[in-house]
Amino acid sequence: MLDAMNTARAEILDRIRKVNAGAGAQERGIAYQGIERGYQQAAEVSGTVLAELFADRLREYDAQVYETTGADVRDAIAKALAGHGQKSAVVAVALPEHWIPAGLSWRTEVDASTDAMSRAAGAIASCEVAIAHTGTIVVRGSRRLTLLPDRLLCVVREEQIVETVPEAFARLQPFAKDALTFISGPSATADIEMTRIRGVHGPRFLDVVLVRG
Amino acid sequence: MRISLFITCYNDTLFPETGKSVVRLLERLGHEVDFRYEQTCCGQMHYNTGYQAEAMPLMRRFVEVFKGAEVICIPSSSCVGMVRDHYAKMAEAKGDAELVQAVNDLLPRIYELSELLVNKLGMEDVGAYYPHRVTYHASCHSLRSLHLGDLPLRLLRKVRGIELVELSGVDQCCGFGGTFAVKNADVSAAMLAEKMRCIEDTRAEVCTAVDNSCLMHIFGGLHRQRAGVKTVHLAEILASTEEESAR
Amino acid sequence: MSIRVGGAADAPAFPKAAPALLDDAQLRKNVRHATDVITQKRARVVEEQRDWQQLRTSASAIKAHTMRYLDEYLLQFETACTEAGGQVHWAADADEANQIIVGLVQKYGGREVIKVKTMTSDEIGLNKGLEMNGIRPHETDLADMIIQLGRDEPSHIVVPALHKNRQQVREIFMQAMGLKELGDRPEDLTAAARQYLREKFLTIKIGISGANFLIAETGGVCVVESEGNGRMCLTLPDVLITVAGIEKVIPAFRDLEVFLQLLPRSATGERMNPYNSLWTGVQPDEGPKHFHVVLLDNGRTRILADEEGRQTLHCIRCGACLNACPVYRQTGGHAYGSIYAGPVGAILTPQLFNMQHAESLPYASSLCGACYEVCPVKINIPEVLIHLRGRLVREQQSEASLEAISMKAVARIFSSRRSFEAAQRLGRLGQWPFVRDGWITRLPGMLGNWTAVRDLQPLPKQTFRSWWRKREKEKRNA
Repeated sequence: MLDAMNTARAEILDRIRKVNAGAGAQERGIAYQGIERGYQQAAEVSGTVLAELFADRLREYDAQVYETTGADVRDAIAKALAGHGQKSAVVAVALPEHWIPAGLSWRTEVDASTDAMSRAAGAIASCEVAIAHTGTIVVRGSRRLTLLPDRLLCVVREEQIVETVPEAFARLQPFAKDALTFISGPSATADIEMTRIRGVHGPRFLDVVLVRG
Repeated sequence: MRISLFITCYNDTLFPETGKSVVRLLERLGHEVDFRYEQTCCGQMHYNTGYQAEAMPLMRRFVEVFKGAEVICIPSSSCVGMVRDHYAKMAEAKGDAELVQAVNDLLPRIYELSELLVNKLGMEDVGAYYPHRVTYHASCHSLRSLHLGDLPLRLLRKVRGIELVELSGVDQCCGFGGTFAVKNADVSAAMLAEKMRCIEDTRAEVCTAVDNSCLMHIFGGLHRQRAGVKTVHLAEILASTEEESAR
Repeated sequence: MSIRVGGAADAPAFPKAAPALLDDAQLRKNVRHATDVITQKRARVVEEQRDWQQLRTSASAIKAHTMRYLDEYLLQFETACTEAGGQVHWAADADEANQIIVGLVQKYGGREVIKVKTMTSDEIGLNKGLEMNGIRPHETDLADMIIQLGRDEPSHIVVPALHKNRQQVREIFMQAMGLKELGDRPEDLTAAARQYLREKFLTIKIGISGANFLIAETGGVCVVESEGNGRMCLTLPDVLITVAGIEKVIPAFRDLEVFLQLLPRSATGERMNPYNSLWTGVQPDEGPKHFHVVLLDNGRTRILADEEGRQTLHCIRCGACLNACPVYRQTGGHAYGSIYAGPVGAILTPQLFNMQHAESLPYASSLCGACYEVCPVKINIPEVLIHLRGRLVREQQSEASLEAISMKAVARIFSSRRSFEAAQRLGRLGQWPFVRDGWITRLPGMLGNWTAVRDLQPLPKQTFRSWWRKREKEKRNA
């Protein structure tokens, strides 16, 4: 089996090389640098307008947005949870403990089994970067946490928001080998008569605490 | 200006009125038209159907016939598309440097009719009179090969007496596609049905376009249905005046 | 080597398959509705994106560059993925890929697998290969589930079950899920699917996925989805097997910034789809403990060798060309007889077979160019179609066929003024048997396909050039 596969590998590479009268890595690198990139790569919008654009996009897909300041994150989270009577949560390891509301029954994602997460009332996580133009939240790690519970609350700080997708990738480059999840709304399908239905497998409800100032 | 007419093989044989209209129109506008008898076909049907080898001599012939012509007018956007999209590549594939040069000399002098009127001659009002309810179908080549945009509509809007009605699905293919109409007649018919439905919804008397290939296919269907709608090439509308009765 | 593209090698030719589908009113209504909805949504988000054309240009350039150095990028991917704890396998054709995957599932002792949407697995016929070895695959994409449970075939790249309406889906679910009651609103059907699949996600230990992008720089993989079943299959099982065509590789992490702007807008008309998952190898804290990538050739290297055709490999499977195509609009996907349908299917399917099968597909197009207009990576599909028609004529057409003879004859007619004018005269004379009441309504042979649907005006008495000649003569005499 291994022999057959090594043969396949050699054959495939051989066929490609025959076609591409190859040159070395140096020529490839130069050619790659020469690729035209005339698309927008820097922000044209900034500051408060950016945060407002992000909030608008979130509301477009029915996420609840709770704006707050740096000092009041815990209260904002408490308010969001109280809004639907949530009394327990599974929490991301990276989430600062002083953000967690008093009285909430919680454990971290590493202490929760997959089954427990699936039955959990909700998840609380932070993000790595957020993209205003597309209403996207990028989470590093915490894959089960942001997938299994029916509710997800994510804390996004204003300084984490960029306008464009290319800016996000520039910020994410140091984490290029990590597990990254781009979330842009609740899960959805339009497979039945093109009627868009939300919440197929991922969390059906998304709350965002947007920290400004 | 001396304008050399490439009538196209199918217009010459099936739609001579279009050619006559182009001549009448350009002469009315004060230009001299010449017609080189040696012209036959641009080679599109062969090329598009996969007979690229057979298209080659037709391409050479076209280039040869129109050597030295100052301006070439072609009342068929698909034929212009053939020349613009494929001739240079065909010449290069042959490695014939002289032919490549001849093609490159030729290309800037080629104009589809509405391009000639609006872009080259700088006019939109050509003094036409056509008192009918008309809808315009945008042929695929005019849209996506020539990027004519709204040139034909700008010309039509200036026609006196015309009642111009917008066609829904104006940029949907009519289903002709050359040999496609015969090789995949069923699907071609389905596409034609949708186009005819849109045309009939406009309650227009006339459907116009810059290509008689589309119009032949569309009218073939309309007539079979006894729909009472006819098709008229843009040239014939623009050539029409109070003095001459419109067909 | 045996190339497989689903059942395409045995599928009926397009003109044979089309009539039955054209008669299916339900299908035609569904296809029209679906393509109208997506094209409108797409148009809105594309218009809003001011740098759309620049994104297309860059995407096309990145893909062309990648193909030019494909061997190097594949090796770079293999090294990086392996360093990160993954294992990379190479499969020359469909059978080899199936053997590798079945072998892996057996190695890990699995009897069931959960699958994320991947057309590549349909291409190689993976489900059948698994079932033949006593392994039960569970499709988890809602549409693929509908297709699998309904024992049907997909008819669109992005919305495979668009030919089914809610009543049909309800029947399929009730039967397959053993439900006594089920509403037929899309919400009810989706809720049933959510419950049915949650249990599978939490218990089945082996997942199989495709890949939208393989990242050479990092050895990473990117999967683009909407429903969340992808994330389930990529995160929860102990073992993950990802099968991907070799053309899925892109040079670097940052190149995703281009493709992730083009793909969601083109596929579903959104600025961004709900979930994109990116991972590299095996992660210590979460996700599968064993990760395998199967790189698939299955005819792709041969497409690479065709200078005109190789741009076909740039495709990112967005489905925009299907939605824009006026031919697809009438027939839906089944007429193409291939998992890859529509305009891109018409060029990809026959080329994978080196033109030995699916030869009718390059002719299943009126060359209108709408596909090229919407293709996010600027594949010049009409040009490739014409190129493939040329290959068929040169490589397979018998010179004695009626078509070849006619084409050559017509070319000869056009070769001189004399023969052209003679043919015009002959045509005018020869048409009379066919003219009735001033119209031609029935023609023999292949030309009968024209008159089956359309009338034809007889050739006018006077050609343009005769008129011109007469007029010149009159001018000279005056």
